[in-house]
Formats: sequence, structure tokens, C-alpha cells
Amino acid sequence: MAGSAGSVCQTRRVFGVLIRIDSVTKRYPDGTIAVDRLSLEIPDRSITVLVGPSGCGKTTTLRMINRMVEPSEGTILLDGKDVQQQPVNALRRSMGYVIQNAGLFQHRTIVDNIATVPRLLGWNKHKARARAAELMKRVGLDASLAERYPYQLSGGQQQRVGVARALAADPPVLLMDEPFSAVDPVVRKGLQDELLRIQDELGKTIVFVTHDIDEAVKLGTMVAVMRTGGRLAQFAPPAELLSNPADAFVEDFLGADRGIRRLSFFPSAGLRLLTSPVVAVDATAEQIAARDTAGAPYLLVTDLDGRPLGWSEPGDLTAGDVRPERLLPHGRPFVAGTDSLRAALDCAVLSPTGWAVAVDAGGRVTGVVSQQAIAEAIRGAHAEGRADAAADAKAVR
Amino acid sequence: MNVLHFVQAFFSDGAHWHGYDGIPTRLMEHLTYSLEALALAAVIGLPIGLVTGHYNRGGTTLSLIATAGRALPSFGLLVLMTILIGFGMTPVMIPLVVLAIPPILVTTYEAVRSVDPSPVDAARGMGMPESRVLFQVELPVALPLILGGLRSAAIQIVSTATIAAYVSLGGLGRYIVDGLYQHNYEKVVGGATLVAVLALLTLGAFWAVARIAVSPGVRRSG
Repeated sequence: MAGSAGSVCQTRRVFGVLIRIDSVTKRYPDGTIAVDRLSLEIPDRSITVLVGPSGCGKTTTLRMINRMVEPSEGTILLDGKDVQQQPVNALRRSMGYVIQNAGLFQHRTIVDNIATVPRLLGWNKHKARARAAELMKRVGLDASLAERYPYQLSGGQQQRVGVARALAADPPVLLMDEPFSAVDPVVRKGLQDELLRIQDELGKTIVFVTHDIDEAVKLGTMVAVMRTGGRLAQFAPPAELLSNPADAFVEDFLGADRGIRRLSFFPSAGLRLLTSPVVAVDATAEQIAARDTAGAPYLLVTDLDGRPLGWSEPGDLTAGDVRPERLLPHGRPFVAGTDSLRAALDCAVLSPTGWAVAVDAGGRVTGVVSQQAIAEAIRGAHAEGRADAAADAKAVR
Repeated sequence: MNVLHFVQAFFSDGAHWHGYDGIPTRLMEHLTYSLEALALAAVIGLPIGLVTGHYNRGGTTLSLIATAGRALPSFGLLVLMTILIGFGMTPVMIPLVVLAIPPILVTTYEAVRSVDPSPVDAARGMGMPESRVLFQVELPVALPLILGGLRSAAIQIVSTATIAAYVSLGGLGRYIVDGLYQHNYEKVVGGATLVAVLALLTLGAFWAVARIAVSPGVRRSG
């Protein structure tokens, strides 16, 4: 099952395989099996997420890649070479390692923490610190923090230092073990966005362990869902995972709202936006009357710049005397084209009128769309998705 | 007469400030015994504590040794050693070292063992060799506690080194032993005061060492 899922994905893959985990088992002396005959091909220059409930062996799998744990059976190939044949410290220095609580050295300043691996590699102090300063900028840390100690930083800042330290020697591989689990949701979202941005710039091969399926879906190019007992349940890109869970376990793990979440992968660009139920705040009585027949029960009033003010029933609008405070709130608009169908649907559901407001990047209204229209777009997108999957399956055969 | 009079009388007597029985000589002798004993105890206790703490092994054995060491009466050991070995420095050093090893050994072990495991895991994961993990990651963080162990050992040595005088060696104990024998309480109190002052100076010295040696990052967060 794992093999067939993998081969389907291969046709979509732009990059090669960097890390090949080949029927690896980890058995502890007391007989516990942490990882059971796991095979996984981790693609180059992308984020592969290992996700699963606690005790599914995801962390053990990650730690076998840099030999923090030695497998009982099977092999792990890094760029075609067996990791167990390589000197362990040299191997680890070639991979960045980020852990849950950052694991910073409290007796060293931030800049010296980041310079750890370059110093281990024998760089001189000046060069290592210059590199560390460069990385602080890259992960969004202010240069004034360089000479501080870890206890002076917030949890989110400490984790950024952890990421910078892992990147310091520019390793091709980054291993991240639940790096963002210990920070609050707002900071976590910031760190996730930052990681995606850094990944866009650097193109590392990242293996990322998490127990949070939302994080997995958000970050992963490929997601490996593991089940208790150290078995692979499914290995697929997140959109495929959401549309096509391999079995009841994966479906259950994805949660009750996987249908909604899947909409994040569909663009809102195809939505048919209505511009007729939109009036400016200085509209004349004729203009209001003309808009009334537009096919929407409400009219959206905008300010003179085209930014949304709120909804009103057509009969309640008096030309020349529109009071923004009397309008129904328009809710959070979505950015047409940039945001996904999920964002559009969310706007429509939360809107008091049941209609979502679409804006451009500058916040000016480009149209409104009803829940029905969004539902139609969703049906259309699903149909396309099925056609794509069928085409892929054909391509494999 | 009260204690302060004794103290004043002892220190204002010019005869106590020079010669082989003068305060400078006795102080230097006392300091020498103490430093030698502390150095010996540290040479034995620190490496064992560091290694056992790093590998988190042997805790039970260590606490047994420590309890036994603490239970041994220093004075009894001194007499026994003098009978066995004869007069000299060795029978004095043995009880002092035995006294000082337990606090050094046990605190070092505990200090290294209780270092937060996540930086240690991070260090190994970055490819740091074990010796560097111990000396560059664990030791700096454990240092305040280790210095605390050395400090209590040092203070116990300074107070106990007075027993050297019982087996006809020098040190500040000389004043106490001789004073008691001669019923010269001025001397007894003077000697005891000097021991107390030396113990306080030892405290001060360790405070200064900690200021210099412990990273501000550890001092503030620890």
C-alpha cells in the first residue's frame, strides 16, 4: 500500500529522492517495536512531514536518520550512501537538527549558540560569528539580540535561534522534531509561515515531525501518516491525503472537517463574483434602485475608495443619507485569487447575509459571492480533482 | 572577661604577630593544609562525579560512599592513621580528604545529571563529540552547583584542619590545642576566631570565583 501510494506521487515529483528509508525496524531490548518495516522515500528540496499519534514511531524514525537511534534492521540511504557506514559526528554535522524546546545552550550568547556547528567544523571564530549574524537576519531575529543569553528571549525567539543554529553550516538536510509544539498558537503560526518562507529561499530537504495534522497539511510537500506500532498508514501530498485517505485510521486522524480543510487547496480564482449588488456610499436614489434588481437580497455599501462598509437591505438605503453605523457588518473579506475556496466559504458562513465579500490586494471590493455560488465552485473543483487523479493513475500505468 | 576581651587581648599582643608561632606562620600553615586537602579531594571527586553524572550511572554506589565518608569521625581517623602510619602530613591529609570527597563527588554527580537534557540532545544531534558535550555543554551549566560542593568541602576542611595540631603539626589548631593545655583562653578564642575568619574568606573566594567563571546566562536563569 505504501509502495503504490509512493509511486503515484513520483509522477508529480519535481525533485529526486535524497533520503531513502528501506524497510527499517527499530526493536528495543524489552521487545517494544517502535518502527516496523518502514519504507519511505524522502524527496529532495521539499518538506516531508511525519505525523501520527504519540507512540507511532515518528520521532524514532527521524532520529534514525542522524543515527541518534540505530535501526535494528533495514538501511537508511542519504544521497545513495548508507548512513551507518558514515562517521557519526560528520554525518550529524551535515544535517541541521531542531528540537522541541530549541535546546539552546544557556551559557552561550545567541550568536555563539548559532555558531556552534561552524565552530565544530573548525571555522575560525570571526567567520563563524559573521555567518551567525547573517542567519539571525534570515530567521527574522533582530541583530541587537546577538549578545543576549537565551533566558532573555521569548519561546518563539528561542525557537528561531534553534532554526538558525541548525542552518548555520548550510546543511542540505534539516531534521525538525516537533519544533513548534511548545509555543502558543499565534507564535506557532508565525514560525510556520517563517519556515515556509525560508524554505522558499533555501530549498532544503526538511524532515519534520509533528503530532498536529493541521501543521502537517500546512507545511508538508509530502505527508507520511504513521500509526501506533510504527507502521506507515499513508504517504501522499496533503491534498491527496485529504481527498483520498487510505483507510479508516487516516480518515479518523484527519478529523471530521477534512472536507472543509481540503478546500484550502482549491483557489478562489474561479469564483463568479457579482459586482451589481455593490453601491458606493454616495450613490444616488436611481443607482440604488438599479442595484435592487441585481439578484441579491442585500446591497454592499463601500466607501469612496471602494473599501467595504457593510450590508444593507435595499429599502433601508436613502440616497445621500447612508449611515455606516446602521449597516450590517460585512465580516472579514477574502482576497479573490490569492485566498483559497476555504477562506471564501469561511467568509460566506460568517457573513450575516450569507454572502462573502471579495477584495483585491489593496482591500477594495471586487465583488460579492453567495454560499450557493461557492458550493457550485467546490463541486466543480472536486470534479476536476477526480479527473486529475484519473489522469495520474493512467500515467503510472 | 568576655569573649571580645579575649579576642582583643590576643590580637593586640605583638608577640603573636611574628616568629614560628606567630599568626602569619600559623595562617599560612593552615591555608597550605587546607588547599592541599581540597586539591586532593577535587582531583578524586570531580572526575568521578563528572563521568558518573554524564552517563547517569552509579548514583547508588556514590551515595553509599558519601554516607560512609560522612559517617567517619575525622578525629578518630586521624588518631588511627597516626598509629598506623606514624606522625607526619599523610595521617592528617587522609581524614581531611575523606571529609571533603563526599560533598564534591555527590554535588558534581547531581549537578551534571540534572542538566536539562534538551541542550544535551541538541549538542549530540549537531555532531558534538561526547567529551565536548560534557565540558562545553554540561559543565558550564552545572558549574554553580559544582562550585557549591567545592565550597562546602573547603569550609569543612578549613574548620577541621585544626586537628592537625593534635598530632604535633602546625596550623591555627595550634593555638586552640596549646591554649586549652595551658589554660590560656585568650589563645583558644584567638585561634577559633582566626579559623572562623578564614572560613568566611573561603566563602568570599568562592563567591568571586563564581562571579568570574559562571556565564551570566547560567547565573541569571539558574
